[in-house]
Amino acid sequence: MATTLPMAGTTAQINLAGLAKNDYRGAPTTLCQGCGHNSIANQIISALFEMNVVPENVVKFSGIGCSSKSPTYFLNRSFGFNGLHGRMPSVATGALFGDQFLKGIGVSGDGDSASIGMGQFKHIVRRNVNMVYIIENNGVYGLTKGQFSATAEVGLQLKKQGTNQYMPVDICMEALASNATFVARSFAGNPKQVKELLKAALSHNGLAVLDIVSPCVTFNNQTSAYHSYTWGKDHEEPLHDITYVAPRNEIILEEEMKAGEVREVTMHDGSVVILKNLDKDYDPTSRFEALRVMEEAERNNWLVTGLLYVDTDKPSLTEMYDLVDTPLNRLGDADLRPTPDMIDKVNALMF
Amino acid sequence: MASKVVNDFSIIVGTVNGSGSSTANNTILRALFKMGIPVSGKNLFPSNIQGLPTWYTIRVSKDGFTARRDEQEIVVAMNPASFARDLASVVPGGAFFYADDIKQPVTRTDIAVYPMPVKQIVKSDPNIPSDYRDLVGNMVYVGVLAQMLGIDINTIQAALNFHFKGKQKPIAMNFNTVKAAAEWAKANLEKKDPFYVEPMNKTEGMIMADGNTAAAIGSIFGGIQFAAWYPITPASSLAESLNEYLPELRKREDGKHTYAVVQAEDELAAIGMAIGAGWSGLRSMTSTSGPGLSLMTEFAGLAYYTEIPIVVWDVQRIGPSTGLPTRTSQGDLTFVNFMGHGDTQQIILLPGNVNECFEFGWRAFDVAEHMQTPVFVLSDLDMGMNQWMSKPFEYPKTPMDRGKIIWEKDLEELKGNWGRYLDKDGDGIPYRTVPGNKSPLSAYFTRGTGHDEYAKYSEEAPVWHRNMERLKKKYETAKQYVPKPVLHSLKGATVGIIGFGSTEAAILEAQHQLAAEHNIKADFLRVRAVPFTKEVEAFIKQYDEVFIVEMDRDGQLNQLLTIEYPEYAMRLKSVAFGDGMPASAKWVREGILAKHGTVKPSAAKKAAKTAAAAKPRKEAKPKKVAAKTKPAGKTSKGKK
Repeated sequence: MATTLPMAGTTAQINLAGLAKNDYRGAPTTLCQGCGHNSIANQIISALFEMNVVPENVVKFSGIGCSSKSPTYFLNRSFGFNGLHGRMPSVATGALFGDQFLKGIGVSGDGDSASIGMGQFKHIVRRNVNMVYIIENNGVYGLTKGQFSATAEVGLQLKKQGTNQYMPVDICMEALASNATFVARSFAGNPKQVKELLKAALSHNGLAVLDIVSPCVTFNNQTSAYHSYTWGKDHEEPLHDITYVAPRNEIILEEEMKAGEVREVTMHDGSVVILKNLDKDYDPTSRFEALRVMEEAERNNWLVTGLLYVDTDKPSLTEMYDLVDTPLNRLGDADLRPTPDMIDKVNALMF
Repeated sequence: MASKVVNDFSIIVGTVNGSGSSTANNTILRALFKMGIPVSGKNLFPSNIQGLPTWYTIRVSKDGFTARRDEQEIVVAMNPASFARDLASVVPGGAFFYADDIKQPVTRTDIAVYPMPVKQIVKSDPNIPSDYRDLVGNMVYVGVLAQMLGIDINTIQAALNFHFKGKQKPIAMNFNTVKAAAEWAKANLEKKDPFYVEPMNKTEGMIMADGNTAAAIGSIFGGIQFAAWYPITPASSLAESLNEYLPELRKREDGKHTYAVVQAEDELAAIGMAIGAGWSGLRSMTSTSGPGLSLMTEFAGLAYYTEIPIVVWDVQRIGPSTGLPTRTSQGDLTFVNFMGHGDTQQIILLPGNVNECFEFGWRAFDVAEHMQTPVFVLSDLDMGMNQWMSKPFEYPKTPMDRGKIIWEKDLEELKGNWGRYLDKDGDGIPYRTVPGNKSPLSAYFTRGTGHDEYAKYSEEAPVWHRNMERLKKKYETAKQYVPKPVLHSLKGATVGIIGFGSTEAAILEAQHQLAAEHNIKADFLRVRAVPFTKEVEAFIKQYDEVFIVEMDRDGQLNQLLTIEYPEYAMRLKSVAFGDGMPASAKWVREGILAKHGTVKPSAAKKAAKTAAAAKPRKEAKPKKVAAKTKPAGKTSKGKK
């Protein structure tokens, strides 16, 4: 495979996959300047670069909306499918059967996943498709110029739309209710945490829901709004510092291993996520705790961020199907078409 | 008594839905088939699990006609709720068998009447547990009919043996009842009707199957790798047959799987998954019926525009929502033809019998992957769920056609000179890569937005236009790859008939009747695909009158033919009728007779000439053919 070499005169870093960060980039963004989505795209690039992921082993998916445009802004060397509004989950579910060794990265929004695509969202969650499912959550429809989404809080006022009267949908709560195996929430203004959660999500075997509050600078950024930068900065309540440690990076692991302070979650690929609790001894393997913390946050008007829940024991969708070791899309006649003698056996059954 | 009628009549059995009569009905059907007599069986059932009246009709035809008939010579009444109606439906001179616990007056004297002591016969066998009595009770009419018609008792045993997969206990229990009933009939009933069966050799080498099973097995021989589906009558049994036959037909030594079948949360997700899998290089399909198709429409348009191969089986039923969910139809044709967002042209395959359901099962994947587009296969409830005699399934003669798919080595040879939507060969079909390709040159971004030859986002007007023109060219190319029509010609034919799908049996019979009884000789062309191939135009050209026969209200095939061949529009006469019942020769015949001669041949010729001279496509814009189409044979296609 061709590797991109650093240009003369530059000091471009090369990762263990032999790639420079540029190999992870996409087309220039066409979103608004200052949009939280751009910062998330940048963290996806950084996370994959730092994890030495080969871009050809990743497939990108999205639905429709501002968020769903962003897969073109990272990983030019990965296949991508920008599907229908709210239907990213079904396309991804089928596509990842083509080669079960590929990792999916889906980028959706609150309109795409919590309104038109709520059904497909919940079903991809319960099927545990091997994919990172990012919801860039801003409580508003940007591309159609500022209508309420299903995650908008009651009382939110928008130009032209008036005041929102409906109760909001909590994406993490919906994911947990659908038996998600990985649920995390972050805030686009906290790029460090976004990146670390992305790394944890990428290491998860199964569906990882990442609800990232990503303020809309154009249509929903009043200082009082839940999905605004100012509100987010003031109300963010990180559950814990989270550091993703790749298997080969043993030195950091040694340093961080202090009795009583850390809680480890072993990812399916053998890598470890270390959770350092700031406020309390939070156990992300307890679904009960996750629901309690979210309910508590709801009552206190907090934005809880961090890894809310993880279960590493459940098989991913393609594992449930016990597929052959070769990617399905590389199989030919010999593997796929029954032999000629089988036709007589079949005809004998037809009476 | 009238003279003997041998191997040429229809039987209908009226029972209560959910009473387990299907074993009995299939046993009769299989026994007759085993005797070498051409038969067909149709289940005319309500949308109901248990309780409503249901009928099963068997056509026995020495001449090999297997379409449903409107008349029944032999009626078996097992259901008090439909007793009066069943009694009234017997043709004069026919025979009426009924369970004698139904205490309703038998008022007719123009038919032979046979009461059957169903409960008594079943009770007299101590080996039948009391909760099985109702179920096994259906075997009483099997035994009585066997005795009175002359069905070989050994063929009944063979049929039961097949049905219960060799399990001795149920075989014995059912067969003992059949024998007891036959013996009772022999001792107590005097033959007063003229109907008999006698062994023939006309089913030798034939098989008996339903279209959904055939389609599923055909798909397996086509190397299916992915199916996603959502339950819907009458398509469910297609996907369920995949689950039934895949483990055996694609068994591997390592026990691992080369396929996946996913039951989706709805039809939107089903086609979405199928499109995802098709995009990533799998032979992928979904199966559904009309209401499911409606939900799939947005995705169908996307798959057309993004050029993703998938196969969609549409086992047609009638109406929206629930409509008549257990009744047959051909009413999805124009909908599927344009299915999508506007400016879409979908490829449609039209199997006409069970054998073709098998063949198109594998061939549809070849067409889809070759053309890189969705392929819709339109079956219907009658073909999909009923038992049909068929030629045995034939092993595909050609290897799988995976189309223009390129991998790492190919990209290396092309030295980067590749664009996903680049028409390199001038046939409109570009080359594609699929996820998992490890070449850094392989990836592209699939999108519903405007894109150029290199899959890059574009809103430029010429780029959009160019792409759409290429898609049109691709559709033209498809004409070489879709199945050609089948011609049933008659010497000296002066008119033409065009039909498609499950009406074949009825049209063939009508073709015979028109020649024999009305001196109208017709050639019959059964269309097997849209776009139409050149044979279709050549056929239409030959006749002043071409009758377009189909099971829908608006004459949809007629509409598509009119759009495609406006210069011949005047010759096309729509014989369309839809009420949910499988086509019968009677309504085809009467529909044709009603339209025959309504346009003077010379006028038609003149119109065609004028149209042709005036550069047809521009001038002769397709008019709403439906508006002038009268449902043919409204009174003729009698419902029970």
